[in-house]
Amino acid sequence: MTQAQLAHEAYPLLAVRDVSVVFGGIVALNGVSFDMQQGQILGLIGPNGAGKTTLFNCLSRLYQPSSGDILMEGQSILTRPPHRIAEIGIGRTFQNVALFPNLSVLDNVRIGTHSRTNSDIISDSLRLAWVRRSEAELNKRVHEILGYLDLEDVGHVTVSGLPFGTQKRVELARALAADPKILLLDEPAGGLNHEEVHVLGDLIRRIRDERKMTILLVEHHMGLVMSIADHVVALNFGRKLAEGTPAAVQSDPDVIKAYLGSKDQ
Amino acid sequence: MSAIEETVTEAAAVEAVPKKAMTLGYGTSLAVLVLLIAVPLLVKNFIIFQLTMLLIYAVAVLALNILTGGSGQFSLGQSAFYAVGAYTSAILMEHGGINYALTLPVAGVICFGFGFLFGQPALRLSGVYLALATFALATAMPQLLKLGAFEYWTGGVQGLVVTKPDAPFGLPMSQDMWLYYFTLAISLAIYIFSVNLLRSRSGRAFMAIRDNEIAASAMGIDVALYKTLAFGVSAGITGVAGGLGAIAVQFVAPDSYTIALAISLFLGMVVGGVGWLPGSIVGSAFIIFVPNIAEGISKGLSGAVFGVLLFLVIFLVPHGARQGAIVVQHLIGKLRGN
Repeated sequence: MTQAQLAHEAYPLLAVRDVSVVFGGIVALNGVSFDMQQGQILGLIGPNGAGKTTLFNCLSRLYQPSSGDILMEGQSILTRPPHRIAEIGIGRTFQNVALFPNLSVLDNVRIGTHSRTNSDIISDSLRLAWVRRSEAELNKRVHEILGYLDLEDVGHVTVSGLPFGTQKRVELARALAADPKILLLDEPAGGLNHEEVHVLGDLIRRIRDERKMTILLVEHHMGLVMSIADHVVALNFGRKLAEGTPAAVQSDPDVIKAYLGSKDQ
Repeated sequence: MSAIEETVTEAAAVEAVPKKAMTLGYGTSLAVLVLLIAVPLLVKNFIIFQLTMLLIYAVAVLALNILTGGSGQFSLGQSAFYAVGAYTSAILMEHGGINYALTLPVAGVICFGFGFLFGQPALRLSGVYLALATFALATAMPQLLKLGAFEYWTGGVQGLVVTKPDAPFGLPMSQDMWLYYFTLAISLAIYIFSVNLLRSRSGRAFMAIRDNEIAASAMGIDVALYKTLAFGVSAGITGVAGGLGAIAVQFVAPDSYTIALAISLFLGMVVGGVGWLPGSIVGSAFIIFVPNIAEGISKGLSGAVFGVLLFLVIFLVPHGARQGAIVVQHLIGKLRGN
């Protein structure tokens, strides 16, 4: 193994280091740190307003932390503008589904590959041979993903006309299209019924195992997090309360007091 | 104000089945093309000139359609890009002695640059505010063209007279007819390039930005770059239309390119169907012929008649020609079914 590879192996895939976010006078995140290892499903839990979504938005560069750093394979991501996050292998879904509503499912998923493809307006206008080849490859990939998520039948349907559950799957397909190393899922179970949540849990695990992705799961649904996460980080009022295996976090007295005891369990 | 914003949402709502609906089928396209090739052989020179203008405005409407229908940005300033294109061609032909056909790519490139640069400050604006900023551009342009400093080149208030080109290779056709076919070839090329563009990775980036900027950015789309590119492409195509217009009309003058032209083009886009490229020619026909029809109905009240006709169109087919096309398609489908 070369020196570079060794150094590479030494870093966690993603490291959140002492991140704080202050909005005006409100401290939304206060010195949060944790690591994500390759192949993990990491569950980020906490009551409303705990700072889960704030942290999530720091990872996708929508918010700039006031202090601290976020490292991907040892490199800070905080110098990158939001549109250059996808290219280093961070993909995401949105809490309330942020698809391109007037486009077909196919086009939505095609747009997911934007960071993995190249083009310029002149070649595109002339539909040069290399553009045609690249589109053909892209279409193959998009169809593979639609098949994987059982969306083949709705490929040509405009997404705004699809049921919410299907839209969530389209969003997942769009994120998978970029073949990210880390997949950030913001409340994927929101708005789904019991049966659907179960199916989703299996799907997330399958994605991790079959597509070799590391998953950060921000979720309200305790059952889902506890059943599929390898590692759980609990937040409350912008601070990290506890971290560890689902069982350890579930039995942590602080967590029970802040969240589980009073609410779900 | 809100009416403008409503147009956007409405327009977006129609932009439903992008794959097929953005263009016509092969059969229909071919039929339209045959018609466009055949008609000039049967009509008088003046009508041929009008048909040339129909194509030119269709190209300008198409350019606006790429900007608004494609990337979701508004412009009431297209007349400014049209003017820059027209003057570029006219100045190159009259002062530089350059062949008319060669002036068009220059006009396109200059306008692309102009649009791209204008797109930079416009990045901070959206919706109505962007419409107002472009409106300012359209208002300023005629006066800029009259400036004493440029008078040697632009001819000031007088404008410039452009020589009409003859048919090349001794082809036995009138100047008007040659210019028509020349314009048709260029319009067709621009149409095909535009369809290709909107169906490509770049076009999808435009539409992604139109639909959801934050999600587009999360997918790796450089929102600022593609927004300004959309402005550049739209301005570039409008510039080519402007250059063609200068050659066809044989004259450029500042007051030919006022805000009225920009509004006409906007109107043409709405009547043709926002985001539906083939509608551009229908929209262009509307802004060229309907005022004449209105004048035929009542000379004194032509403006009012035009207003009523426009109102009827907006009321009956709010999604423009695309809606008409969809209705016709259904009817044909039914007839075939029986």
